[in-house]
Amino acid sequence: MTSARSAARWHWKNPSVIPGFGLTLGFTLAYLTLIILIPLAALAWRSASLGWTDFLRLVLDPRTLAALRISFSTALIAAVVNVVFGVVAAWVLVRYNFPGRRIVDAVVDLPFAIPTAVAGIALTAIYAPNGLIGSLLAPLGIKVAYSPLGIVVALIAIGLPFVVRTVQPVMQEISQEVEEAAASLGASRFQTIFRVILPGLTPAILTGFALALARGIGEYGSVIFIAGNIPFVSEIAPLLIVIRLEEFDYGAATVIATVMLIISFLMLFLINFIQAWSRRRFGYEQ
Amino acid sequence: MEIRVEKIRKEFDLYPALHDVSLKIESGELIALLGPSGSGKTTLLRLIAGLEQPTQGRIFFGNEDASYRSVQERNVGFVFQHYALFRHMSVLDNVAFGLKVRPKGQRPPKAEIRRRALELLDMVQLTGLEKRFPNQLSGGQRQRVALARAMAIEPKVLLLDEPFGALDAKVRKELRRWLREFHDRTGHTTVFVTHDQEEALELADRVVVMSQGKIEQVGSSDDVYDRPNSPFVFSFIGESANLPVRVEGGVVHFHGAPTGLTAQRDGEARLFFRPQDVALIEEGPGMTGPVTSSRRLAGTRIAEIELGSSQEPCHVEIEVPLEAAASNGSILSFRPTRWKLFY
Repeated sequence: MTSARSAARWHWKNPSVIPGFGLTLGFTLAYLTLIILIPLAALAWRSASLGWTDFLRLVLDPRTLAALRISFSTALIAAVVNVVFGVVAAWVLVRYNFPGRRIVDAVVDLPFAIPTAVAGIALTAIYAPNGLIGSLLAPLGIKVAYSPLGIVVALIAIGLPFVVRTVQPVMQEISQEVEEAAASLGASRFQTIFRVILPGLTPAILTGFALALARGIGEYGSVIFIAGNIPFVSEIAPLLIVIRLEEFDYGAATVIATVMLIISFLMLFLINFIQAWSRRRFGYEQ
Repeated sequence: MEIRVEKIRKEFDLYPALHDVSLKIESGELIALLGPSGSGKTTLLRLIAGLEQPTQGRIFFGNEDASYRSVQERNVGFVFQHYALFRHMSVLDNVAFGLKVRPKGQRPPKAEIRRRALELLDMVQLTGLEKRFPNQLSGGQRQRVALARAMAIEPKVLLLDEPFGALDAKVRKELRRWLREFHDRTGHTTVFVTHDQEEALELADRVVVMSQGKIEQVGSSDDVYDRPNSPFVFSFIGESANLPVRVEGGVVHFHGAPTGLTAQRDGEARLFFRPQDVALIEEGPGMTGPVTSSRRLAGTRIAEIELGSSQEPCHVEIEVPLEAAASNGSILSFRPTRWKLFY
């Protein structure tokens, strides 16, 4: 009895000798509530007050559905592309020493720092049909700016540092010895990379993917400049929310926001779940 | 598989790590590369494995020149100091890795790979742990997984880099004995690097003592301990004391006084002896001085004696019988019974 009770109580007791568990947990919960939960709850409350019929009518509005589809599909594509190039960039930064490495390392963080609108305008200038790269692609029939492709380009630019910065430290930890061990066992360079190094990076890559995806779904500033914002073609959901707000159609705005919130939450939850599973599976935690 | 290292030279950024090292390792031998850090012992091991390329010189496996073969082609089993296990693979997958990455024609069927991996795990006494991940094992178990993994490719040679360096003393002793048995059973040519002389002397058929990128001495444990061929080996292996002496007319003099020891060649030299190879004497020529400290060590007593003048004192430690009067300040005279001069 006693042991059962103490085991049950253990979860609520300070689990380590370091004091302040109650204080910090309380602070975290209060903070999250004020900053995130209350605004989101207000959102859900507002859209719930519409009633089911209105809610479904607004969700199933073709323009809304198109905008949601564009937002999530471009974010997904951009996140996948970022995983590939982010891992390559992290590899270069971790494994090789070349002149200007520190500068490249710093450049990776720039998308964090510059206003996203600036990034969007700069990308538009380059990828517009009369721009530096756009003019080269135009004869090939490839239109980047003012199309969904432009949205993907903008989201790649914005999301890259998330992948690089999550993968880089883990890659740094993989010791040279592990690669040498694989080589001494007869593995080719290719086998070493695909069977030893990349699987070891899976949890970090998933984290980077989730962050880049989340950022891509919510991105607004850079996209509206390059997308052209043509309804049903290149209009993203966040922009549609703003448009509805400007029309004083608060109901529609909250409905779009709520649907985005639900889908995003489900996706992130799924990724977190896979990540936790792979971390356990790969023995990072016991 | 016999290994011959011929005049190997290795430079890192123009700093030489090995100077023209030559070594012959007999087939089936268990050999230790022993030396302080920076002596080049790990570099030599990595050169044999093919993890480094020599600046000059050649390495033969049997009669074949393996100098420019890649590490994949050399078919050596290498065990790393920090195990270098693949932490995203189970123990079984770790051991099976070397077989799974073989090109299609040479790869055994899946069931056969599994059977062999399980057999190896049995050999390293880890039966039942095949589903675990490396993080769920103790240090000693991880090291044995690393060994089983290296053995899976049926290597011609087994190379171990500080195999017990990261383990605690008790596990280290167990694994040491276990490795000796393992070697005797499988008969692989085995080379291991260590900085622990006790480990090298206890485990190896022959010990290669290295210092500053050179081989100082190669020999059995008895050779390097009882017949060291250089001042470095004498002071590196075991306890020793050394004194500046002068040989005049065939008699060894310390500080102008005869010591009762004789030598063939005259001149300045250093006298080396081990603390236990001395005899206390009542009279006659010897070395005399006050005891500055003494401590009990298991069955004996170690006394530190101050020799020479008070301006430039030399301190030596010698073993004295428990019943000898060796309190601080008492004067003791002794003479080395086994000793060696290096001119």
